[in-house]
This record gives sequence, C-alpha cells and structure tokens, in this order.
Amino acid sequence: MGIEVVVEGLTKSFGRQQIWRDVSLTLPAGEVSVMLGPSGTGKTVFLKSLIGLLKPEHGRVLIDGVDMVNSPERDIYETRKKFGLMFQDGALFGSMSLFDNIAFPLREHTRKKESEIRRIVMERIEVVGLLGAEGKLPGEISGGMRKRAGLARALVLDPQIILCDEPDSGLDPVRTAYLSQLLIDLNAQIDATMLIVTHNLDIAATVPDNMGMLFRRELVTFGPREVLLTSEEPVVAQFLAGRREGPIGMSEEKDAATLAAEAAAPGGADADRPREIVPQLEPSPGLPPRRAVARRRERVLGMLDRLPAAARAAIERTYATSGTPGAPNATGASGTSGAPGTPGTPTDTLPLPSPRGGA
Amino acid sequence: MITGALRQTGRLFALAAEVARAIFRRPFQFREFVEQFWFIASVTILPAALVSIPFGAVIALQVGSLTQQLGAQSFTGGASVLAVVQQASPLIVALLIAGAAGSAICADLGSRTIREELDAMEVMGVSPVQRLVVPRVLATMGVAVLLNGLISVVGILGGYAFNVFLQDGTPGAYLSSFSALAQLPDLYVSELKALVFGFIAGVVAAYRGLNPRGGPKGVGDAVNQSVVITFLLLFFVNMVMTGVYLQLVPPKGG
Repeated sequence: MGIEVVVEGLTKSFGRQQIWRDVSLTLPAGEVSVMLGPSGTGKTVFLKSLIGLLKPEHGRVLIDGVDMVNSPERDIYETRKKFGLMFQDGALFGSMSLFDNIAFPLREHTRKKESEIRRIVMERIEVVGLLGAEGKLPGEISGGMRKRAGLARALVLDPQIILCDEPDSGLDPVRTAYLSQLLIDLNAQIDATMLIVTHNLDIAATVPDNMGMLFRRELVTFGPREVLLTSEEPVVAQFLAGRREGPIGMSEEKDAATLAAEAAAPGGADADRPREIVPQLEPSPGLPPRRAVARRRERVLGMLDRLPAAARAAIERTYATSGTPGAPNATGASGTSGAPGTPGTPTDTLPLPSPRGGA
Repeated sequence: MITGALRQTGRLFALAAEVARAIFRRPFQFREFVEQFWFIASVTILPAALVSIPFGAVIALQVGSLTQQLGAQSFTGGASVLAVVQQASPLIVALLIAGAAGSAICADLGSRTIREELDAMEVMGVSPVQRLVVPRVLATMGVAVLLNGLISVVGILGGYAFNVFLQDGTPGAYLSSFSALAQLPDLYVSELKALVFGFIAGVVAAYRGLNPRGGPKGVGDAVNQSVVITFLLLFFVNMVMTGVYLQLVPPKGG
C-alpha cells in the first residue's frame, strides 16, 4: 500500500524570486492526486522538492517519518527508493539502451540474478508498450517513447509513491488517454500513492481522486476532486475552462488594470456555465478494484461538512449514483467491494492495450 | 561578488570532502573506474609523450648552453633531474589532465546534468558522486601518477639524447651528474604532485560539470572554466609543494 505524503508550510525561492510559499497538503495514501497550474508556477519544482532534489527554505515533507527537506542525506537516499519519478522528458541515460536504463535501479539496489532482472524489465516494457524497442538508445526513439520508458524505469522497483511530471506533454490525445488509463490501472494493481503534475484538462478531469492548483506563488486549493471542479475561485474557473478572461495572463498574471477592463467588458457570459463533473476512470476490466476508492470514500464523507456547499452536493451526487460502498463515481459498472484485502499481485500480467510505435 | 566567489569555493571544497568520503563507501564502481581509466589514459598518453620529448630537449638545450658558458657542462644531467622530474613532468601532467581529461569529464557530466540524468539517478537513490564522480577522480589520479612516470622517463631520455648527440656532452658526465644530484625523494614528490593534481583536476571538472549554468551553452562555459580554474589551482599548488619540498628535504648535492 502507498505511503501518505505530508507537506507542511513549504516555501521555495530561487535567489530573490519566490516560487511558492507556505504550501501545506496531504497526499492520502494510495490515492491519485493531480497538481494543476499554469505553466511556470513551479509545479515541477514542487515535485522535485517532494523527493528532496531541491531544498525549500522552510517547511517539511514527511514520508514515513523522514523529512525530505532536512533529514540527513543518508535517510533521504533510503526513502527515495520508495519513489518512482517520471521525468518530463524521461531523463533516460543517453549512453544506455532502454533495457539497461530500465534495469538500472534493479542492478543498483537489488542482488537479483540477470535472468530475474530480464524477466521484470521485459514485463515493465510490455506494460508501457515498448516491446521490441528495448535495444534502442534513448536518442533513437521518439519523445513519447522516451516518456513511457521513463515510466517503466520509475515502476521497476515497485514504488509506493509515484510522481509524474507532465505525463501528457508531447503526447497526442489518444496516447494521453491510454496513459491516463495506464496510471489508473497501475494504481489498482500496486495501490501506490500517486501525484501527477500537469496542465492537461482531460487528465485532470478523469484521473485523480484529489486535485490541487498552484497559482501566484500559492496553493490555491487542494482537496477531493469535486472541490476543485466545482470551485468558484476565478483562477480555477478560468483554468478549467481554458479561456482568456480571468486572472491568468500570458505572462504569469495580469495587472489590475487589464482585469478591471475585462470585468467591465461584456462577453464573459458563458463564464458562469456550470461545469460538469466527468466520472472518474475505472481500472480496465479484469483488474482488481482500486483499494484507494473505499478509503477515499470514508475520508471524504468524514470531511463532508467542512467542504463548500457546491462540492458537498457534487460528492453526494456521485456517491448517491454509485450506491454501493466502495465504488464512487462508478458509471454503473464495477465491483460491489473495493474493500481492503483484495489480493494484489502487482503487475504479473497486464492485459493492456499497448500503444505501440512512435508516439 | 565576493560572497559569490566564496560560496563557489566552499561548495568546491564540500564536493572534494564528499568525494574523499565516498571513495571508501561501498559498493565501489569498479567497472566505471576501469572504463574511465582506460578513456583518460587513451586521450593523454600520446600527447604526453609527444610534449615531453621537446620539453626535455628544450631544457637540455637551454641548461646545456648556460652550463657551457659557465664551464660546468658536466652538470647538465643533474639539471634534467631538477627541471624535468620535479617541475616539467608534473606540469605537463597538469596540462594534459586538466586539458584532456578534465574537459572531457566536465563536458560529460555537464551534458548529463542538463539532461536531468543526474537528477534521475538521485531520485533512484543512487548518489551521482559515488556512482560517477568517485571513479572519475580516482581514474584521473591513477592516470596522473602513471603519466608522470612516463613523462619523466621520456623527458630525461629526450634531454639525454639532445645533450649527447647535439651538444657534444658525454654520456658519462650526464649520468654521473644525474646520480650525483638526483635522489629518490625527487621522484616521490613528483609523483605526489601528480596524485594531488589528478585529484584537484578531477574534482574541479566534476564540480563544474555538476553545476552548469543554464542549458547547453552553460556546459560549454563550464568546460572552459573548469580548464582555466584547474590550471590556476595546479600551478599554485605546484608552487606551494615545491616550496615546502625544498625546505623540508635537504638537497643531495649540498
């Protein structure tokens, strides 16, 4: 099962430029979370801070009792073995073939025999649909393939926390959809805590249990997906609708004058159209139900009275339609119990549609 | 400005300390070490030999002409020891280790850094210092020591050849003045210099490679700076070590 990630009062600057300040949130164990934000709001910096690559000036990131900001290097290195991080462009080792790249963590951290390594690596290669390309160098394949190879490498040590940095960038919509499904399937199989950083609205709408948004050096909000999806916050509304009117400008943010002019101008009429909440993706048929679903249901229902009214209504609606405990947002299908105790043999076989070829 | 320079210096020393610590941490990256050793040796041996022949010759010619004027021609051999073994050889090592090996290491690590390969490595719980920097530093140190021996031999042979064949020196005088002035500590300090130079060159190259500023152009700048910084440091360290050596070890001839 995944590990809870607790972030408390994190503040990061580069020189005099503050990236974000006082970010506090909790990634619930085993659930999928998405961090949204316009380009350049420090989403990647946030990911790198979680894993201890960058050191924020203030605050803590607690994982299993280890503070990824201030703990001794040795503990941090140990804790990182529980992580899988998928870099924006894969960050593969240019001098190694895909196979060696994906085998790297196994060779460094385990004493497995070469045949065993080969079995595991080929399994992961199949999961991400790269069979046949394992002998190629990273320079010889497309960006989408590199990304998927990076994901395979992140998965090879059975991580309990998976971080994805813009899994969609450079992928076409079809491959993005496959990837979304892949992430959900992974979550169902290994029950890892996942954080996806993205500005892709399709992923944001269909994948996560929880969503947050970074803007203007602050965490605008973080909570169950319904909270953000029903939020009246102008920034969130503008971002989710992908329109020009609102506080987000071409450069980081707009000045007050432009905002005032916009407010005065007519035409923002469709702004108030209520957003529909799209049902969350379900694991592919044949996979175990996501264990996080039951945990999340309990958690969300527990905090219901502290949520804004719109979010509360949305949550009640989704849980009402699903009816059976443990399958919220269900589109009528899927198991009667997302109950714990479902045997989880991670990734032995994955009946996945494999998006093959160049992406 | 000053604090910036101090900070860089401090971080350089921190990396040096970290490397020194990580050398003894297991597992040792033997494969990487052998590959780097082979690579560095292959890019430095030939230039080293080619540079040391004219260098030994120049010293032989210069000193030979000087001693001829003073009527002390029989001491030319001794001058080779002082000049070639103690000074020229470690400096040629410095030149090649900084120029050929250091630049290659810096460019390699620098391009890996900007491709986020090193971040990826750290994320996977593998320390780049231990996995990449330590084998490279050890390889430069090893190659520097061996290279220093090679250059000393080739340089002295070159000096001998020029002295005997071109300046009508006698082989006997060359060899006897050689053994009159040369002593083993000369060779020891020369090798010690090479070892220290190898360490400094490796650490500086790794430091600049791990911290390139802003993209591919930053890597080019980093390589450039690493070579310049290494030169400055090595010539300075050479001066200090020579001074200390001359104070501590009594000359044989005296």
